[in-house]
Amino acid sequence: MLGKLSWSAIPFDQPIPLAAGALVLIVILAVLAWILVKGYMPYLWREWITSVDHKRIGVMYCLLGLVMLIRGFIDAIMMRSQQALAFRAPGYLPPDHFDQIFSAHGTLMIFFVAMPFVIGLMNFAMPLQLGARDVAFPTLNSVSFWLTATGALLINISLVVGEFSRTGWLAYPPLSELTYSPDVGVDYYLWSVQISGIGTLLTGVNLVTTVLKIHAPGMTYMRMPIFCWTTLASNLLIVAAFPVLTATYAMLLLDRYLGFHFFTNTAGGNMMMFMNLIWMWGHPEVYILILPAFGIYSEVVSTFSRKPLFGYRSMVMATMAICIISFMVWLHHFFTMGAGANVNAIFGIASMIIAVPTGVKIFNWLFTMYGGRVVFAVPMMWAIAFMITFTIGGMTGVLLAVPPADFLVHNSLFLVAHFHNVIIGGVLFGVFAGYTYWFPKAFGFRLHEGWGRAAFWFWVIGFYVAWMPGYVLGLEGMTRRLQHYDVAAWHPWLVIAAFGTVIILLGIISQIVQLFVSIKLREELRDVTGDPWNGRSLEWSTASPPPPFNFGVLPNVEGEEPYWGVKQRAIERGELRPEPEYSEIELPRNSPTGFICAFFATFAGFALIWHIWWLVILSCIGAFITFVIFAWRDRSEYIIPVEEVARLDRANRTARAAWLAANVQAAE
Amino acid sequence: MQARRTGSPRGRTIVQQIRRCAVLATALGLTSCGPSVLDPQGYVGVADRQILLDSLGIMLVIIVPVIIATAGVAWWFRASNTRARYMPDFVYSGSIELVVWSIPLMTILLLGGVAWVGSHELDPAAPLPSKTPPLDVQVVSLDWKWLFIYPKQGVASVNRLVIPVGTPVHFVLTSASVMNVFFVPQLGSMIYTMNRMADRLNLIADHPGTYYGESAMISGDGFATMHFDVDAVPTDQFTAWVTTAKSNGPSLDTQTYGALMKQSMSVQPFTYRTVEPDLFLKIVTQAVPPGPGPENAQTPGDAGKALRN
Repeated sequence: MLGKLSWSAIPFDQPIPLAAGALVLIVILAVLAWILVKGYMPYLWREWITSVDHKRIGVMYCLLGLVMLIRGFIDAIMMRSQQALAFRAPGYLPPDHFDQIFSAHGTLMIFFVAMPFVIGLMNFAMPLQLGARDVAFPTLNSVSFWLTATGALLINISLVVGEFSRTGWLAYPPLSELTYSPDVGVDYYLWSVQISGIGTLLTGVNLVTTVLKIHAPGMTYMRMPIFCWTTLASNLLIVAAFPVLTATYAMLLLDRYLGFHFFTNTAGGNMMMFMNLIWMWGHPEVYILILPAFGIYSEVVSTFSRKPLFGYRSMVMATMAICIISFMVWLHHFFTMGAGANVNAIFGIASMIIAVPTGVKIFNWLFTMYGGRVVFAVPMMWAIAFMITFTIGGMTGVLLAVPPADFLVHNSLFLVAHFHNVIIGGVLFGVFAGYTYWFPKAFGFRLHEGWGRAAFWFWVIGFYVAWMPGYVLGLEGMTRRLQHYDVAAWHPWLVIAAFGTVIILLGIISQIVQLFVSIKLREELRDVTGDPWNGRSLEWSTASPPPPFNFGVLPNVEGEEPYWGVKQRAIERGELRPEPEYSEIELPRNSPTGFICAFFATFAGFALIWHIWWLVILSCIGAFITFVIFAWRDRSEYIIPVEEVARLDRANRTARAAWLAANVQAAE
Repeated sequence: MQARRTGSPRGRTIVQQIRRCAVLATALGLTSCGPSVLDPQGYVGVADRQILLDSLGIMLVIIVPVIIATAGVAWWFRASNTRARYMPDFVYSGSIELVVWSIPLMTILLLGGVAWVGSHELDPAAPLPSKTPPLDVQVVSLDWKWLFIYPKQGVASVNRLVIPVGTPVHFVLTSASVMNVFFVPQLGSMIYTMNRMADRLNLIADHPGTYYGESAMISGDGFATMHFDVDAVPTDQFTAWVTTAKSNGPSLDTQTYGALMKQSMSVQPFTYRTVEPDLFLKIVTQAVPPGPGPENAQTPGDAGKALRN
């Protein structure tokens, strides 16, 4: 009846996961109880859970990323402390538990922290920058989000029911095959990633369509903000790469569930095919993450240097070059697998070529600051820290692309330090910059500056203390994923690294405090005009938070940096543009389709993991019926009457007129 | 400096050792010496390190000025600095564009050359330039230990690799079960071991000593225990070791290999008196089936404990 599931799946004999799981459960129940008692449930259901508004979905993505960041960071603390303690000693985590932790850490941080964060920010900001009312397929967007949440939920269920994968974040066979990993850990991993991967692919389709098809009048490609370009590039990569991931893991699932032999040792399976396929997704994946971050830095550096971006065309070219080349370098992840010298050399050189457009971007940001008036607001601080940190990470990356150098440090802590250097120093810093930058747009008030600075310094210093020792350790010959070790030379560096993690912890605590303090002081931090940073692109031309329809009247774009131009003309003339003629606006209706689909997907995933076949069938039927009901809907849109549109837009115009009057007065 | 279990070249005086470590310590701020790839003890390791340092040098020439410039420009053009000139229209410059594309491009051209030449000269499969004929060693990674077969000598060793100093060693490597990576940091290049496949690797130890060897690819619960000592000894000592090995220990055939193949960890090094001819070939061609994995799905580590006791 319950497949492989029995009471023995719950680790009553292991206090750590049990206590952690119990704690999570209590927290979730407490939050649920609070929501129910306070009567927030109908509000949440109406305004958030069933929302198809790209801004709301973007915010929910970021919230998911934030929560999972905390979970993934707890794993990081456990790993760092284990390695600091496990010198000639077993430490406190036995190998099977330690292996689960590093596998979960990698999986969470890439699929359920970095991805939701960047997708959330793209979802939130890109349509506003394009002057659009929403993404191309709003309900699909909601489905994408909730499927991602399903994946995250399944991973967290594995904390208490059963166990997680012990094979690393990419589950290399044959270790991940049934022979060597007979328990449900790998299945938890595979189904989580598969289900959320479908969500990500749908996002890719959705956002590519949006950038290509949905613009305000006059918003030509070469007038789009760079963030829209990087969003386009990143989502093109999603559309091209995620099917590879899904297909590869489908093959591994066939091996595990139906006795196929794609990657097994026996019967002609070939594990090297897995490596090639997984990195054909995996390498574009790192650019899927970093390109939107590059876009955020471009926006931030330009805004806070009070200058347009230097070399816009160059930036567009560099972005699209990275998009294409990133598909031609995957083999550098396994130079040490015995491919010939020609193959290694060609892929090594191809990998280095990616450094060219990336270097161009760094130079262009540098020249954007040159001749500017640099304001060291928190987003700009993240951007400058990124430029310095990422340069170091890029250098070690190119070093790893030289095959003979890679022969010495492949799979070592040097490699681990490199990708943390580019993912923390590149993606995460970018996400934090974007979070601080667009937070007032999303909620109508800024984040607290002081706590933001505290978080910044703790994070940056913590990162260097935690990860520079990694480079030394790699050169000292330490390989990754060691549960314990006997080499005395490694120990002090691992203690330093663990200390660095504690500093990062202070950074995360500062961020949480910042959020609460900002909510408390929201009236002081209020963004009245909708343009708190003296911005340049269209998202700053509407109110904060924007009305559901984003723009009262779709803006008419007359050049690059459309809002900057409008603002300058208004300052010159001393008055706002005349009030436009409003008309009623049609918007998509909210829909619980995404949530219900994900509800069934969660059961389907759980049932597949535990081989509960009747539940798999039931869930699939449920999901299909949901789809049919959605497809047969009569009314998919609702109308916002013209009075409402005018009322909301006029309120914002009043605030802007007041700002303009004050500004003109100050100028005189 | 703490007493080191690994990486201590026996043939040197303590003073030399301390000096060597002192140099390294100042170079990297190290507190003690480990199996560092920056302290290679053989031709391949030295050449790999050279390429690593050359590439690093080439890039530092660009990276350091960029970092300084970033910090400098951001600080000089801060909004409160009245002496900095505000140039809001400075958004394009053809000559600067040319330079910013050329600098990384030229760096990569240079590095690409290094990578091309290096990949060919240091191809793990290529024989080493040496007059001494190479020693053949067949390496099998098992759950979770290493088996080293000396086909010419007819002996085998578990978790300890003994090689003659100054003689190139030609490794052929495979895995009995899951993937591993064979890596001796101080001797240079690492390589994957995979079931049903044979990889090639050529290394040489130029100085006598005991070097740290490890697996560099997660292979399951016993992964952290998969390290081994590489003893690089003078040729006469190697011959003596072979002679001792021939007169001691069990013999390795399909049956005893089957027992060895079962999961176990922290196996103390021992040697096999004889080796069934073509055993390695049988492993690669799966004439001997691959490792069985955990015997009991619930407790993967227990099989190992049973064998060890």
